[in-house]
Amino acid sequence: MLVKTKMTKESKGLLEWRKDFKRNWSLYLMFLPVLLFYILFCYKPMYGALIAFKNYTPKLGFMGSPWAGFENFRMFFDSPDFIRVFFNTIKISCASLLFSFPLPIILALLINEIRNKRFKKFVQTASYLPHFISLVVICGMIKTFVASDGFVGYFVNQLGGTSGSLLQQEDKFLPIYIISGIWQTIGWDSIIYLAALSGVDVEQYEAAEIDGAGRFRKMFSITLPSISNTIIILFILAVGKIMNVGYEKIILLYNPTIYNVSDVISSYTYRMGFETQNWGYSSAVGLFNSVINLVLLLMTNRISNKYAGMGLW
Amino acid sequence: MNNKIKKTFSDRCFNLINTLIMLAIAFIMIYPVYYVIIASISNAEKLVSFKGILFRPLAPTLLAYEQAFKNPMLLRSYANTIFVVVVGTMVSMIFTILGAYVLSRNNARLVKPAMIMVTITMFFSGGMIPFYFAVRDLGLDGSLWALIFPSAINTFNLIIMKTAFMAVPSSLEESANIDGAGHFTILLRIILPVSKSVLAVIALYYAVARWNAWFGAMLFLEERESYPLQLILREILIQNDMSNVSEGVASAELGFISVTIKYAIIVIATVPILCVYPFVQKYFTKGVLIGSVKG
Repeated sequence: MLVKTKMTKESKGLLEWRKDFKRNWSLYLMFLPVLLFYILFCYKPMYGALIAFKNYTPKLGFMGSPWAGFENFRMFFDSPDFIRVFFNTIKISCASLLFSFPLPIILALLINEIRNKRFKKFVQTASYLPHFISLVVICGMIKTFVASDGFVGYFVNQLGGTSGSLLQQEDKFLPIYIISGIWQTIGWDSIIYLAALSGVDVEQYEAAEIDGAGRFRKMFSITLPSISNTIIILFILAVGKIMNVGYEKIILLYNPTIYNVSDVISSYTYRMGFETQNWGYSSAVGLFNSVINLVLLLMTNRISNKYAGMGLW
Repeated sequence: MNNKIKKTFSDRCFNLINTLIMLAIAFIMIYPVYYVIIASISNAEKLVSFKGILFRPLAPTLLAYEQAFKNPMLLRSYANTIFVVVVGTMVSMIFTILGAYVLSRNNARLVKPAMIMVTITMFFSGGMIPFYFAVRDLGLDGSLWALIFPSAINTFNLIIMKTAFMAVPSSLEESANIDGAGHFTILLRIILPVSKSVLAVIALYYAVARWNAWFGAMLFLEERESYPLQLILREILIQNDMSNVSEGVASAELGFISVTIKYAIIVIATVPILCVYPFVQKYFTKGVLIGSVKG
């Protein structure tokens, strides 16, 4: 008896699958190129990340190279580079988060206070401008501006009594990176807050006005709380990405004289892989970074769910 | 009404200070770009010796542009970039539309696992080195296709588009289903025509990403002939390789003029984007809004 019902259940399930397939086969066919993309360029590299546990030599290939266990990871943790790139990553990320995160909120609040529509539009358009300039060009501009004869480099050298390009001076790298980063992203990042602000109920402002609230009071008591959900979500995302410093900009800006302060995990991965052909080792460094990123994202999401009552999922 | 009567002194102060701050911000945003433009048409020697904030070109000349265009690689790489942008954006759109349509049909049984498969890639990746090997193993390296297929889908864009497709009223589709329309017909006849704005936004995102891309090109391309514009820009602007643009300039002059040539090249590489910028700007901001609905 029991066996029989189980059988029918199973065949029923099979039947439903068959029905589903009959109805949706063209849908699944459509997904084929997409599936192929994800397998070839996302999942295959995930499998390929196993190279981090191998002693890879190109001659033996991926399959033929001997397993090395955690040797590559141990080598990374033991090397003097580890402390340097690890702390540089944290330092650059935290500084970015500290400045690049709150400034777009402030900009959005201020833009929101502009009464003249055309002036508002002008300021917004101007602030998005850098978003449309390619990273290579931005870094090229930074490099020429901070060179010893560039208009920024000249003034800073005069004030500080230094000489040469600012990008050759260790203490200038972080400010250059952060300030140019703010310039690039502040306008674009403010859009999302401005959108949230446009949804605020006008009646609340009117009520507050009757109670005699001034502009600042209204900004802090009505405007800011109304976008707090957006701020929290974006903050989780930003913290989740903290170990994920954009290597492209670093690679474009840094040079050996300032590796000490500018080399981060991802740029180190790149150099160890493509410049010294240390494939297994550099994959281990990259995998270490990916895992930390994942853990950080899960953690911040959990914390936010617990204390703010909301998260990404 | 109430507003106008109540305009107090502090209110006016606030407006004035806010306007000043906003003007300063607009200046900071625009000035570096403006500086590059006026510097590119300035006399190189005067520019280098000028100290201060520059507001108009010094002894205007187009010499830097003449030199910049002498570089054969500049135009060649421009053509490569246009190929990658046009073909790459089309490939991306086809892949993304197909994926978004399928993922938006959640009554089919395999769609949920497919969605999970897609989402995982947003949070975890194998890393730079295994990705490089995966592309190389397919034999794509050395060709411009290496800049197109491996970055065909941006998962974030895919999800934005999927959300937009899901918002299409199902009553529209049901009417087509009765007439026996298959999935391809529903997609082409019903979903795409009503989703024009999201399609425009995503196509723009892809086009700009491809225009700006240089890292993949650096990894996968060997031949300088197939370099995209950004990689040539990197050689000139970042690595300071002026060998191609300095032909016919006395070496004593080169130190000066190399600066203005750089500015001229920045202008040449950025002007197309800045020309279309005012027209596409509103689509970009729209895209951020569509994306934020999800979050």
